[in-house]
Amino acid sequence: MAQSPRPTSRAAIGSLVLIAGVVAVGAGAFAYTGGFLSPERLTPPKLVAALAPPGGPALGHRRNHAKGICFTGVFRSNGQGAALSRAPMLAVGDYPVVGRFNLGTPDPSAPDATVRVRGLGLQITAGGQVWRAAMIDPPFFPVATPDAFYALLEAGHSKQPDAMKNFVAAHPELPAFGAWAGSAPYMASYAEDQFNSLNAFIFTDAAGAAHAVRWSYKPEAQPQPLSKDDFAKLGPDHLETEIAERVAGAPQRWTLVLTVAEPGDPTADPSKAWPEGRRTVEAGTLVVEKVEDERDGPCRDINFDPTLLPDGISVSDDPFPAARSAAYARSYNLRTAEWKDYPYQAPAGAAPQAKQP
Amino acid sequence: MNGDPMSSDSAHFTVLQRALHWLMAIGILAMLFIGVGMVSTVAPKYLPLVETHKTLGIAILVLALFRLAVRFIYGSPPLPASMPAPMKLAAHLSHYGLYALMIGMPLIGWAMLSAGAYPVVLYGGIRLPAILPQSDQLHALLWQAHVYLAFAFFALILMHLAAGLFHALIRRDGVFESMSPLPAGTRPETTPAE
Ligand code: HEM
Ligand code: HEM
Ligand code: HEM
Repeated sequence: MAQSPRPTSRAAIGSLVLIAGVVAVGAGAFAYTGGFLSPERLTPPKLVAALAPPGGPALGHRRNHAKGICFTGVFRSNGQGAALSRAPMLAVGDYPVVGRFNLGTPDPSAPDATVRVRGLGLQITAGGQVWRAAMIDPPFFPVATPDAFYALLEAGHSKQPDAMKNFVAAHPELPAFGAWAGSAPYMASYAEDQFNSLNAFIFTDAAGAAHAVRWSYKPEAQPQPLSKDDFAKLGPDHLETEIAERVAGAPQRWTLVLTVAEPGDPTADPSKAWPEGRRTVEAGTLVVEKVEDERDGPCRDINFDPTLLPDGISVSDDPFPAARSAAYARSYNLRTAEWKDYPYQAPAGAAPQAKQP
Repeated sequence: MNGDPMSSDSAHFTVLQRALHWLMAIGILAMLFIGVGMVSTVAPKYLPLVETHKTLGIAILVLALFRLAVRFIYGSPPLPASMPAPMKLAAHLSHYGLYALMIGMPLIGWAMLSAGAYPVVLYGGIRLPAILPQSDQLHALLWQAHVYLAFAFFALILMHLAAGLFHALIRRDGVFESMSPLPAGTRPETTPAE
């Protein structure tokens, strides 16, 4: 093998310095890309940590919407949605679903009446593809951007007396949510709640035309609106017991209503509802047939990441779904890594520490 | 002779092997940077980065398996006799490590998503089947393996890069030239002494 003369010792030192420099630049670029040198960058770990209550997160549980109950059933598509999207679950047919009714709290044992926001996690499977979604009952989101959501969580934790005041001054969209939270009734059952996507997604039809869409699942059950106090009297875990009994008696239904944006509607800002009078399409019915406890139910280990979409549905210019995907993955990574802390197949009502690997 | 991908002389990897080496070096470095970049952002670019990560990662798996087969067929030039035995051992062990990681990392990534009950969808809507059943314990194990091995991979690549440059600039023993990105004929085999 060709062997060239060795360099002089001075040249060799120069070369060693050069090699060390190349390695250092490589390592530095890597650290910079990973955010290790930029503590101000909003990362998924920071965003998820900000959700934790003062006592720290409930290990093994979702970092938000931690209290919930699983269900299975079908999505009965009437085919009308195919006018907007070629997604396989919008063609006429019955498609299996797994989902989760939940409360927007990081505390899995929070009393029902202490939680303002309720949620629905849903996966519809058709033709080997899934459509996952996570929706809530308010008509709009409290803030306009993921950064603002983080700032809101931080303001909530802050010991500064005027942290919240300063936040509201900088985020004029928040009071509308405050007004909703203070005035909206508490429904006596998950079956009476309407769940909204809030985020806008792009539906692409068979001809390739794109439509910006938000959707809602509207309950078939007659609502029984209660005041917070009357609702609290039903008990701390009323919603789960009630939905289990109700579904055991008869399947419960929600209609999927797709709302199509008109040019100029704010697709990128879920804190702004679209004006009335938009074109809507009733695409089918969600039929909840069986309710199961989370601890041994089929929804526990699913991440209802709203960006896991079928062909024919994709994200829009709304910045939330990407931020949520990053945060939900972080939450999922943490809670699956904490499997030892989750009360697995413990019998109902057992203390949380009674865990069984 | 060197233009023929199917032939090698005793001093050089075949053109095919060198092309694969440098193409994959770029791809793997991109994967590592995309990986740490995507898990540290909540911006809209998170989604295309993850999609690219999965797609390129699976492409690397395919290329690595092909490359391993090529390696079995065409072998490698011997290391120079002048290299001390421990250095040769280090070279061989690090190459085993690099092959293991080129094949292992994508498999772990794919298996991790499978164990998390995630659909594995690549660029262009290509759907891969799950290679493991859903299991939170397996997901946790594979997630940790993917993260720690990624950092080990990067460290090993930096060492490998330093060793390559050490051969090129200081030992000047033809080891770098054996894998040089330029066809062997176009660059002088020997560098004039200072
Ligand atoms: C940047 C803003 C947001 C952050 C950081 C965030 C964070 C989280 C986290 C960490 C989880 C737990 C995920 C898991 O472990 O599986 C979660 C669950 C959930 N989120 Fe969000 N979220 C955000 C915005 C929203 C929005 C806009 C909605 C509704 C429109 C929503 C509805 C839900 C629902 C329904 C669940 C429960 C899903 C389930 O049952 O697994 N979130 N959120
Ligand atoms: C992502 C990065 C890289 C990977 C995964 C990688 C992988 C490998 C592997 C597996 C071999 C052994 C080939 C075989 O025996 O089949 C090899 C050889 C080699 N690589 Fe790399 N490499 C990378 C980057 C680099 C870089 C940046 C350099 C630049 C200095 C380099 C220089 C060399 C040299 C000179 C050899 C030949 C060693 C010998 O003759 O045994 N590699 N590389
Ligand atoms: C050469 C192959 C690969 C390399 C070098 C690589 C490297 C990385 C790196 C550096 C990270 C960031 C780790 C962290 O700091 O948390 C990462 C994360 C990730 N990788 Fe890979 N990867 C490879 C292949 C794959 C493949 C084939 C898939 C899936 C099909 C995949 C899926 C993922 C996912 C989902 C994450 C995010 C994990 C999380 O949620 O935190 N990777 N990868």
